Amino acid sequence: MTWEAVIGIETHVELRTHSKMFCGCPVGFGGEPNTRVCPTCLGLPGALPVPNEKAIEWTMRLGLALDCEIAEHSLFHRKNYFYADMPKNYQISQFDLPLCADGHLDVTTETGERRVGITRVHLEEDTGKSTHLGEGGRIGSSGGALIDFNRAGIPLMEAVTEPDIRTPEEARVYAQELRAIVLALGVSDARLEEGSMRFDANVSLRPAGVVELGVKVEVKNMNSMRSLQRALAHEIERQTEILDGGGAIAQETRHWDEEAGRTEAGRSKEESSDYRYFSEPDLVPLSVGDEEVGKLRAGLPELPAQTRARFEAAGVDATGARVLVTSGLGTLFDEAVAAGAAATEAAKWLTGEVTAYLNREDTDPAGLQIDGTALAELVSMVEAGDLSSTAAKHVLEGVLAGEGEPRRVAEARDLIQIRDEGALSEAVAAVVAAHPDEMARIAGGDGKLIGFLVGKVMQATGGKADPRRVSELIREAAAS
Amino acid sequence: MSDPADFTIAEAARALRSGETTAAALLKAVRRRVTMTEADLHAYLTIDAEGAEASAAAADEAFARGEDRGSLQGIPIALKDNMVTRGVETTASSQILAGWIPPYDASVVTKLRDAGAVIIGKTNLDEFAMGSSTENSAYGTSRNPWDPERVPGGSSGGSAAAVAVGSALAALGSDTGGSIRQPASLCGVVGMKPTYGLVSRYGLIAFASSLDQIGPITRSVDDALAVLETIAGHDPEDATSFRGELPDFGSQVDRGVDGLRIGVVSELLGEGTEPAVADAFGAMLERLEGAGAEIRELSLPSTAYALSAYYLIAPAECSANLARFDGVRYGLRVDGGETVEDMMGATRAAGFGPEVTRRILLGTYALSAGYYDAFYGQAQKVRTLVIEDFKQAYQQADVLVTPTSPTTAFTVGERTDDPLAMYLSDICTIPSNLSGDPGISVPIGVDDAGLPIGFQVLAPALAEPVMFRVAKAVEGLAGFDARPTLANSEGAA
Amino acid sequence: MPIDIDIAKVARLARLGLSDDELAAYGSQLEDILEHAARVQALPTEGVEPTAHPLPMVNAHRSDEVEPTLDREEVLAQAPDHVDGFFRVPAFLEDE
Repeated sequence: MTWEAVIGIETHVELRTHSKMFCGCPVGFGGEPNTRVCPTCLGLPGALPVPNEKAIEWTMRLGLALDCEIAEHSLFHRKNYFYADMPKNYQISQFDLPLCADGHLDVTTETGERRVGITRVHLEEDTGKSTHLGEGGRIGSSGGALIDFNRAGIPLMEAVTEPDIRTPEEARVYAQELRAIVLALGVSDARLEEGSMRFDANVSLRPAGVVELGVKVEVKNMNSMRSLQRALAHEIERQTEILDGGGAIAQETRHWDEEAGRTEAGRSKEESSDYRYFSEPDLVPLSVGDEEVGKLRAGLPELPAQTRARFEAAGVDATGARVLVTSGLGTLFDEAVAAGAAATEAAKWLTGEVTAYLNREDTDPAGLQIDGTALAELVSMVEAGDLSSTAAKHVLEGVLAGEGEPRRVAEARDLIQIRDEGALSEAVAAVVAAHPDEMARIAGGDGKLIGFLVGKVMQATGGKADPRRVSELIREAAAS
Repeated sequence: MSDPADFTIAEAARALRSGETTAAALLKAVRRRVTMTEADLHAYLTIDAEGAEASAAAADEAFARGEDRGSLQGIPIALKDNMVTRGVETTASSQILAGWIPPYDASVVTKLRDAGAVIIGKTNLDEFAMGSSTENSAYGTSRNPWDPERVPGGSSGGSAAAVAVGSALAALGSDTGGSIRQPASLCGVVGMKPTYGLVSRYGLIAFASSLDQIGPITRSVDDALAVLETIAGHDPEDATSFRGELPDFGSQVDRGVDGLRIGVVSELLGEGTEPAVADAFGAMLERLEGAGAEIRELSLPSTAYALSAYYLIAPAECSANLARFDGVRYGLRVDGGETVEDMMGATRAAGFGPEVTRRILLGTYALSAGYYDAFYGQAQKVRTLVIEDFKQAYQQADVLVTPTSPTTAFTVGERTDDPLAMYLSDICTIPSNLSGDPGISVPIGVDDAGLPIGFQVLAPALAEPVMFRVAKAVEGLAGFDARPTLANSEGAA
Repeated sequence: MPIDIDIAKVARLARLGLSDDELAAYGSQLEDILEHAARVQALPTEGVEPTAHPLPMVNAHRSDEVEPTLDREEVLAQAPDHVDGFFRVPAFLEDE
């Protein structure tokens, strides 16, 4: 039978506000354990939450960027369950009246465009972090866990899609697009590896053409875009095998094991969850007027889809525009163009060498040692014939390594092309004189040997000669 | 000269400013009263001798400098032990918090300190303020100073008993369903629950967040006013704290009741009201009428359901509020097996007493899937109806009055096996917690056994000025000056 | 209305490790209390909005400003068990 996959994605995004969701503790990643805590985020008796207005505003910004309706009235609820790294043993979250609802995000893949419905975007608080000690862990042999509450109470935005996604690729593109939007809004650093952006997916299969949904499995622990796609592909395959074999899918939570390349069933709870949601009595309702929504909407930055369209209009091809936006290099691109670089050239460098560098070094654009002016300088040096394309790559390498501006790097590494005609003619003359047989054959029409002699000249000049010009000079010498 | 421990705040404030006494001497007198009565009374869980002496010394130095921070400067005050005090053990009378030393102060504590008050110690209560007698304290029952065989009421029983015998000039209590007013009534003192949101709850160990409110327990209506003026006001740490302009609480206090419309709620005078209580209440109504008030009988039909709604809403909120006591970060930990889940279950089973356990179970059930609408959801709708009933009643009356408690103090152990009978102690006080309106209990007499009877005045939200006005008139008309047995037995002269 | 409670399930949700005897005792007490509390169902409430809170207030927020944190030693001094700046607990059984 042909099965159709039905996928929905829940995304958690930690907001990089200055302070936590319900208290004044600083927000940050890492740090000495239990140093960013106060009575409220530690759940001390008597402490009370007061919501961070910036976090509320930022959540509405994401909602607007996803074409959601902003609720005139919304509420915080308590979601009750016991977990040792959750200080109050309830999470302040939102339930039936979220801040934002009914939006959508369009994703484009090789198979076409799909509109993914956004059910809701709401705001909640993060939990603490527990480190599980295995048997024989560093603290005795009893196992156990260590808990750090620095993360507890960091504002957490949750965006939930409708079950509109059909393929693992669509899921990845959705996730990348959402991440690009979050970055464009500047509300989070959205680092998957640090957990400031996290994805959970619900996957079910149904016979193609059937409307009714199958039993869904929740897949967790996918901490890169690649593992999201891989995990879903694996899960669809696993479910297909079971169904094809006449089996039934168990409703459960499964964890993606990146190394093993498969999902594993989680240790199941005693019984299904009953979160006993009720409206948070320590907080009052949120109310947002049309005027405020209008202001927030007007204040939205250019969103990735708009940015891509603008890049394409400037001559960048569709793939290039997408890479620039998803890798976060759009700003650098704009700066380079503003500094005089041709759009196509700037895009070529950024989507090529610079992106390769980011991947190789596993870093993000914020850590790059190059700015728009430097990139424009590099482009213009190539155009002016000061650098061969090979030399330009070396120069970029040096710039990225922090060696300075392109011209300085090129000079320091002695990579500027010989543009002195006299010096060039001398070098060519020397090679010509040393290879009379080859010259005769070239004169006789064997054009393939030109490349060989160009190589000799390049060797002799340490790669600094302009190969096109050298080639011309050799042809002239053979013809004379 | 009378013993300074028997001063009202107003009397002590005058004596401190005239040089007749000092904060140190006042504290000493109160400490002497504590020493004489505590064995019988058990009003306190913790005495902060060092902290109190330092505060008294600071108050005296301030007076010497001519610095005057208001009527509470140098006044010895007790705190119910569900308000957190930095560096001073705070248990809410629960085993689960035994030995807990908070790293921060409740906002009311900060306000009292800033006003120069002298915090003597922490008073006993029903565990996590759940109860009407202090019998649910994990650290023993406080006794009624009028008859140590009887309970002082609750849950702020320790605070009310301490104020009644002069072990403090005033105390703070918290009121979720009558926990300030009922013990004040049973101990013959004044107890007041402010409008919800007037006093910050930051640092009050929560029982039921939408109902809890801190308020004063004092020996006079004027003293209640003085304490309220010190502790009321917006607190940015409490999102439910009132942000508007505060009423001038004392603006009408001496105007008497002439021309006021006083409503009597027929539903709150039903079966279960002891004859002595009904008689004293009726006699006061006549006197109020004699003083020029118009007495109107009113019906608030939904209040008949208020108790039931309360016993769903309060446990539901408490089931979440008390979830944080899990043996991870503070307080008791009991190892129950190999896992953290076992540890939490064992800690909570061992750390909570029966009444708290019962209410956590009740609230968990009322919120759980399949029962929410029938119980918690329905209770919230009843709450709306109670509020609407009050609103209508206040169209016809400036204040409403009831007996504070249908009975006088009952004997220790009398109701412990019957939770429902215990819950009925709060039938007259609970409706105003649901509505968020203020209420005050004023002593008006004693029954045949010499036990105090309280008279409750209720007013609309933020109408404390008219509530104090009627309460002050009631106080004057009652002329209540009886003294509890325990305060007299040590022969203060 | 007669009330039937799965008291063992309620106790698990509330993380109360009670014995069978305790469960039975609490179960029957709860049934009595709930029978009384179920009186709320007698009041017609069609079209009545629930009240979660007595204050008619909205938008009590704070600005996004950092405030002082607690001293870690003071916090950990109250912990039943801690090591290297962490709170320490027995092993987790369940996944979140």
